Amino acid sequence: MATHPEATTDAADSVRRRDFIYVATGAFAGVGAATVAWPFINQMNPSADVRALATVEVDLSAIQPGQAIKTIWQSKPVFVRNLTAAEQTAARKVPLSDLRDPQTLDERTKADHHNWLITLGVCTHLGCVPLGAAEGENKGDYGGYFCPCHGSHYDTAGRIRRGPAPTNLVVPAYAFKTPTLIEIG
Amino acid sequence: MVRFLGFGVGLVFVLVLLVAALLPRDDVPADPIKAIHEHPRSAHWQQDGPLGMGVFGTYDRAQLQRGFQVYKEVCSACHGLRLVAFRNLSEIGFSEAEVKALAKAKDVPSINSQTGEETTRPALPSDHFPSPFPNETAARAANNNALPPDLSLIVKARPNGKNYIHSLLTGYDETAPKGFDVPQGLHFNPYFHSVNIAMAKPLNEDQVTYADGTKATVDQMAMDVVAFLQWAAEPELEKRRQIGVASLIFLGILTLLAFLTYRRVWAGIAH
Amino acid sequence: MSFPWANHYEPKHPLMQWVDQRLPLPRLVYNAVGAGYPVPRNINYWYNFGVLAGVALMIQIITGVVLAMHFSAHVTTAFDSVEHIMRNVNSGWMIRYMHMNGASFFFIVVYFHIFRGLYYGSYKAPREVVWMLGVVIFLLMMATAFMGYVLPWGQMSFWGAQVITSLFSAIPLVGETIRTWLVGGFAPDNATLTRFFSLHYLLPFVILGVVILKIWALHIPGSTNPTGVEVQGPQDTLPFHPYFTAKDFVGICVYLMLFAIFVFFMPNAMGHPDNYIPANPLSTPSHIVPEWYFWPFYAILRAFTINFLWIPAKLWGVIAMFASILLLFFLPWLDSSRVKSTAYRPMYKIWFWVLVVDVLILAYCGGAPAEEPYVRISQIAAAYYFAHFLIVLPILSFIEKPLPMPNSIAESVFAKAGHKDAAAAPAGAAAAPAE
Repeated sequence: MATHPEATTDAADSVRRRDFIYVATGAFAGVGAATVAWPFINQMNPSADVRALATVEVDLSAIQPGQAIKTIWQSKPVFVRNLTAAEQTAARKVPLSDLRDPQTLDERTKADHHNWLITLGVCTHLGCVPLGAAEGENKGDYGGYFCPCHGSHYDTAGRIRRGPAPTNLVVPAYAFKTPTLIEIG
Repeated sequence: MVRFLGFGVGLVFVLVLLVAALLPRDDVPADPIKAIHEHPRSAHWQQDGPLGMGVFGTYDRAQLQRGFQVYKEVCSACHGLRLVAFRNLSEIGFSEAEVKALAKAKDVPSINSQTGEETTRPALPSDHFPSPFPNETAARAANNNALPPDLSLIVKARPNGKNYIHSLLTGYDETAPKGFDVPQGLHFNPYFHSVNIAMAKPLNEDQVTYADGTKATVDQMAMDVVAFLQWAAEPELEKRRQIGVASLIFLGILTLLAFLTYRRVWAGIAH
Repeated sequence: MSFPWANHYEPKHPLMQWVDQRLPLPRLVYNAVGAGYPVPRNINYWYNFGVLAGVALMIQIITGVVLAMHFSAHVTTAFDSVEHIMRNVNSGWMIRYMHMNGASFFFIVVYFHIFRGLYYGSYKAPREVVWMLGVVIFLLMMATAFMGYVLPWGQMSFWGAQVITSLFSAIPLVGETIRTWLVGGFAPDNATLTRFFSLHYLLPFVILGVVILKIWALHIPGSTNPTGVEVQGPQDTLPFHPYFTAKDFVGICVYLMLFAIFVFFMPNAMGHPDNYIPANPLSTPSHIVPEWYFWPFYAILRAFTINFLWIPAKLWGVIAMFASILLLFFLPWLDSSRVKSTAYRPMYKIWFWVLVVDVLILAYCGGAPAEEPYVRISQIAAAYYFAHFLIVLPILSFIEKPLPMPNSIAESVFAKAGHKDAAAAPAGAAAAPAE
């Protein structure tokens, strides 16, 4: 710098650098860059068409006691199961102290609709889809669902009984719109 | 060497071009259609805002809903709107329940979950508008071999789109000049590129009954439906202009600051 | 080091010293675009366009990578996936409009940059390689832009691909074979779309590589300047940072403002409405035009309307169109005048502006329908284009008598600034060798 005709001294230079106008310009440019960055980050969030599928309606009228169906909600399988009276009794009989993730059947179903067990079909271990929803599939040692990946057994309330899974099958948020129509999500 | 070679190449190109330029041209007979064809009339669009500059203008929700009614009751018989989903209608002021009802009134293709056969089911808000014809061949077969275009992007897909469509919809009453024969099955419309259009006059006085009591003149319906179609093509328009104004204000200040910084850095430096 | 007086990077902080001994990246930046790169002090705002081109390239790469996350390269879904970006993806419309208009703005900036180079003799020794790398970038840009325009698979995408790939069929004997190989079929179809997508993603990074080579080559002699007199000593230069970073930042802000006006208020002004119609191989648009930045070359292509010397008109057009760009590679040797800056070349100055107008006329004709009077005008304009570079420039080099030039950059600057500054100039200026 010293060789430049108009070069200022170092001291004067550092005073100039602290100048308000430089700070203001830098701060303004920084704010602008951060604002522009947001849409480029946000574009990776779910798009409007994906968000529109955040809730689904499921018609229950065709599901007989003892039967279950698989449906899709937010790109994940959902098991909708119509429990028989015997299955409900079996689930209620289990003492909570025997459970890894203590929850009663009543807690996992809606009042007046305790026969409807609605869970995600996603094993809480590593995310496989358990068997047991379709006719003739292995329901595991407790008559509920069985995950073939690592051998997790779920009972008729979708609770983990044996195997590596840490928690019960997740019950998604849902509501009965009519006695035979639920909205998941 | 390069220069001599270049000189030669240059001379050849120039020679060929000048010979081509000097050759007499064949007489091209004047296209009679060109004399009849008219450019779109400019209408006043409130969504373009003050002075029609398209900086501050927003859509009029009531107008968009009227336009949607015209589309639904008139245009949708032949023209699809396949890129718009029913859920999008909430953006023009319909409630969630209204959107659901509007969707339910239309059937979309589906698969029978028992037999696997093709069937239809009532549409959901997440479904797109079903097209009136299953494919182009069916559309042409039903329309005297003309193809009614999908309207999702029509305002962006035609030069001067809004004015063009408005002029086209209101241009049926002009009569063909004497001696000009309109072919069988076509209709005279000077705003259409070939001035003979397959679409019959779509809008007549009071063709729809507006719920808000607006008088359904042909011009009113045309303005409304064009506004709706512009929304269908550019649903982001209002947001785009808002962000645009904000970013220009921001960049204006930043430019000023940048210039002051530049002046400060260069203070006393001869250049 | 071409500039012995350049500032040296001397990190003070121990951490920066530690980094410098292991990966001297901060040193590289310091020497490339920092205080360690001396720049002629008198360069004007026309010299901003190089940095602006870099900004434009980065905008294209960033928005392009984002768009590729949502785009679907298949003929049945490409058009709808672009509309999905416009309607459903968060801020997708903004990112897509930035990419669309960013391409046009990239070309605007590059055209200014090229004409600035022509005006100030930036192609002359010792900067021939800088210039030639620039022509390589220009060719790569054209290829990238063309393939990008095909991706939305609208009517203009499809028919543009059809017309441009048909150019190759003009090559005698092997033309059809090459075209078939190029599009992967007998007409543009899915194979064309997917390979164009792949290459459209690749080429910008190739451009980036050539840009780095170009900046490297530029740093050997440094920039030209409006006087055309080479830098002789420290009194002629200022460090890139903070002087030219501050100046370039002003340019970038103005550029972004103009960009924002297009992106937010007239995003489709430079596009063609027909590309909002899905591609239909059975129906050609009434008037096929390429994007505006190709219009001058498209006009040259169409200007050749007669068969001549057993060469068909179509082949003449193709040869001439490629020649019109390739001749730029030879420009450093076509123009042998030793004077760089047009300010001191009274005759060339006139011809330069004739060329500017000529290219604008060609652009207008390229965008107009192929009918009279546009064809005849474009023939005359194309003739001048070739004559300018291949005939006028070499002759001018011999007959032109340049105006007297300043002895040095410092002399011209201080003469302009007046006595006060000249008196302030230290001994260093006086010690500089006079030319």
